[in-house]
Amino acid sequence: MSVKYTKDHEWVREEGGVYIVGISTHAAEQLGDVVFVELPEIGKSLSKGDDMAVVESVKAASDVYAPISGEVVEINQAIADEPAKVNEDAQGAAWFVKLKAKDASELDTLMDEAAYNEFVENE
Amino acid sequence: MTMNNQGRPSRADNAALISTPTFTGNKALQIEELLSFEIGSISQTGVDIAASTGNVDRLGGLHRDDDIGLPGLSEPETMRHFVRLSQKNFAIDMGPFPLGSCTMKHNPRLNEKVARLSGFSDLHPLAPQAAVQGALELIDRLAFWLKELTGMPAVAMSPKAGAHGELCGMMAIKSALDARGEGDKRKRVLAPESAHGTNPATAVQCGFKVEAIPADATGRVDLSALKEKLGDDVAGIMVTNPNTCGLFERDIRAIADAVHDAGGYFYCDGANFNAIAGKVRPGDLGIDAMHINLHKTFSTPHGGGGPGSGPTVLSDALAPFAPVPYVVCENGIYGLVETRRAANAETAGVDSMGRMTAFHGQMGMFVRALAYMMSHGVDGVRQAAEDAVLNANYVLARLKSEMTPAFDGYCMHEALFDDRFLEGTGVETIDFAKAMIDEGYHPMTMYFPLVVHGAMLIEPTESESKRELDLFCDALLSLAKRAKAGEVEPFKAAPIYAPRRRLDETAAARKPVLRWRPEGDI
Repeated sequence: MSVKYTKDHEWVREEGGVYIVGISTHAAEQLGDVVFVELPEIGKSLSKGDDMAVVESVKAASDVYAPISGEVVEINQAIADEPAKVNEDAQGAAWFVKLKAKDASELDTLMDEAAYNEFVENE
Repeated sequence: MTMNNQGRPSRADNAALISTPTFTGNKALQIEELLSFEIGSISQTGVDIAASTGNVDRLGGLHRDDDIGLPGLSEPETMRHFVRLSQKNFAIDMGPFPLGSCTMKHNPRLNEKVARLSGFSDLHPLAPQAAVQGALELIDRLAFWLKELTGMPAVAMSPKAGAHGELCGMMAIKSALDARGEGDKRKRVLAPESAHGTNPATAVQCGFKVEAIPADATGRVDLSALKEKLGDDVAGIMVTNPNTCGLFERDIRAIADAVHDAGGYFYCDGANFNAIAGKVRPGDLGIDAMHINLHKTFSTPHGGGGPGSGPTVLSDALAPFAPVPYVVCENGIYGLVETRRAANAETAGVDSMGRMTAFHGQMGMFVRALAYMMSHGVDGVRQAAEDAVLNANYVLARLKSEMTPAFDGYCMHEALFDDRFLEGTGVETIDFAKAMIDEGYHPMTMYFPLVVHGAMLIEPTESESKRELDLFCDALLSLAKRAKAGEVEPFKAAPIYAPRRRLDETAAARKPVLRWRPEGDI
């Protein structure tokens, strides 16, 4: 399945029945050097749009929102230990959480890559 | 003649200016200051007291045998260390401090003189009330003028700083909602995207969930977007006026009405009260609670010279929930109400929120703030607001030619620029700010408010003279021109003349070194 994006610069991608969520490369660039990442607890139930994580750069702290509703099944402890990874590989190794989706049809409301790129251009 | 053979060169010769590193690392009187641990040694002591003998161990053998590891410095070494450190500070007493939304105004020396009168400075918070009638009267009189200037019926004097005053206001809102039986239902607090970071932090601290109100194209609260977000689950809103974009929220009455119609309360962040003091009474705008930073609007010192003080004015709806203790006056005798439940029939069944601080507030700041008010008078307070706004608009008008104002039109007490004028130069807001240090200026507030890209927020206050403002503007115009002319390197390297060059903020955040350790100790 292809990557989907939110207007708040989260990405989500399905892999083996779970949904991997992170922040876009564009967002990571805008934030500047990330110095702190706070991740949710495993098992936490999130509704679409809920505060899911916090990412802090030298400039400011930003909330990361859940792009779809679901339960947190895995978190990427590596980025909490080493926040610099978010700047290095935001859309790869520096994923934030894996969600068990509550309603996969919520993905239909999100943007595909082309639409997201266009959205960023016009922002 | 009598021959004096003490002749020596008494003017500079024409030798080329050379700059070589010094042996000590000092630059003339700019001393390269070490940590006290590096100046002293844990094996030395600054005091010469003979080791005590013949003590009976009453600690059951648990007494400490090893060193506690504090450095030993002599009294002159200690004195010099801290005086030299203090000289590395920049202060409003040394130059303009244009930090937007901080109102870094001059602290008149008269305030200091009065605050040092022993009848104020030597007070003990537990002194019998009969012995401190004058101090209580001073608190009451300051409270009177704060209520008068804001048009509000009550004021909580005990909050110790702006954010603490916010906490007081939001706790009053929480208490009022609980008293209405709606505490569990009304959980949402709305705050603009441009809010001070303390606003959402305070709301969360009080158990609310914060939602952002978008700004309209003019940098003000989008009234229709706000109305859409209102409902019976909204506890209230937190709005700064003038806001952090330096703009007056023109719809503030409509905002207040909409929030009240929805059953919520209106918290106003009073950080920028200096712009409207004596001109507009927040009570007339429908505000339910607002903190006042005495260390901004009323010229008491910030930070190291502080502490701050954040009295919070409250509307009739919130007044019964004001924290204890507070000063009352009956038959000319001043006293303190210390208990949680007021014995007043009118407020029977309504509880004060309780106690936020051990004692009555920042007495030293109360004295300074009242001294400021009394020496300025009501007309003087109003003129200070007018001059602060005039100065900011002067800066805005003068810098417009080279820098890009974030919004059109006049501003209030602070001029906000974005980084469009630096586009394509390779210089960013941070570089521009650091270059200001080389020019001898404390940088303005940068990258705040968040709604403006690469924001530079300049608040000159009424303290600066036209000459000072012109020099400041000329310096900024020159920097802007140099950046546009392609001089990138001096900006990227700035500050060049500061005791320390550009610091690695990322490393400081990721790998902070928070304590000194002896060499070899990991």
